Amino acid sequence: VTAEVLGFWVMAVVLVAASLGVVLTPNLFHAVLYLAAALVATGGVFLLLEAAFLFGVQLLLYAGGVVTIVVFAIMLTERLVGETIVQSSRYLFNGAVLAVAVFVGVAGFLVSRDVATARPPWSGDATVAIGRALVGPYAVPFELLGALLVVALLGALYFARTED
Amino acid sequence: VPLQAYLLLAAVVFGLGLFGVLTRRNAVGILLGIELMLNAVNINLVAFSRFHGNVAGMLFALFTIAITVAEVAVGLAIVIVLFRVRKTIEADHLDLLRG
Repeated sequence: VTAEVLGFWVMAVVLVAASLGVVLTPNLFHAVLYLAAALVATGGVFLLLEAAFLFGVQLLLYAGGVVTIVVFAIMLTERLVGETIVQSSRYLFNGAVLAVAVFVGVAGFLVSRDVATARPPWSGDATVAIGRALVGPYAVPFELLGALLVVALLGALYFARTED
Repeated sequence: VPLQAYLLLAAVVFGLGLFGVLTRRNAVGILLGIELMLNAVNINLVAFSRFHGNVAGMLFALFTIAITVAEVAVGLAIVIVLFRVRKTIEADHLDLLRG
């Protein structure tokens, strides 16, 4: 058993267990903590795929930023209502059937295809390649992303402002 | 570890996220399910990128992450407004637009 196989299985188990926690736990706050664990495990998968830069982005933006604002939102709404929000689930059977059907469809397609099994050698540092592509062929989408973030920020401010 | 293993792991996480979106009553819970699904897509993008030796997939994963952050910010702002106006974020009770 090589380090990569071991790492993959550890990350896979943590990721799936944390995902189950996100969708099943009745306490919304705990669900967010499970989501943070799932996002960190995904970062670990990125590391296994030799994408160290994406691992950093995942930790900073996702596990750091997204989880923080979700926790803020929960605390705000709980303060407004003055009690702990207990969330329940509905249509458990139907949801499970549909989710399993989608998974079986995707997995069946994957298993029936020949996909690459070995990695080609990575020439050079992926971070350098990402940086060069961002200011080269992907410069326009990168700038559009900046515009999108500004628009989203203004939109969120507009929605969440207090009426007065 | 072959590419298929990564893709199957992503499919499992995507299925779990879909289950969460379909079954959660709370709007924040639904958002968390969407997060899981987008995360699964990122695993796919990075795995294909690595196994094909092409950096484009990692760039797309980067773009997806940034777009997701924007989506969460706007989504939570809407949730907070809904809560202020309707005093509930149960998705079943938010049927004002239902014909």
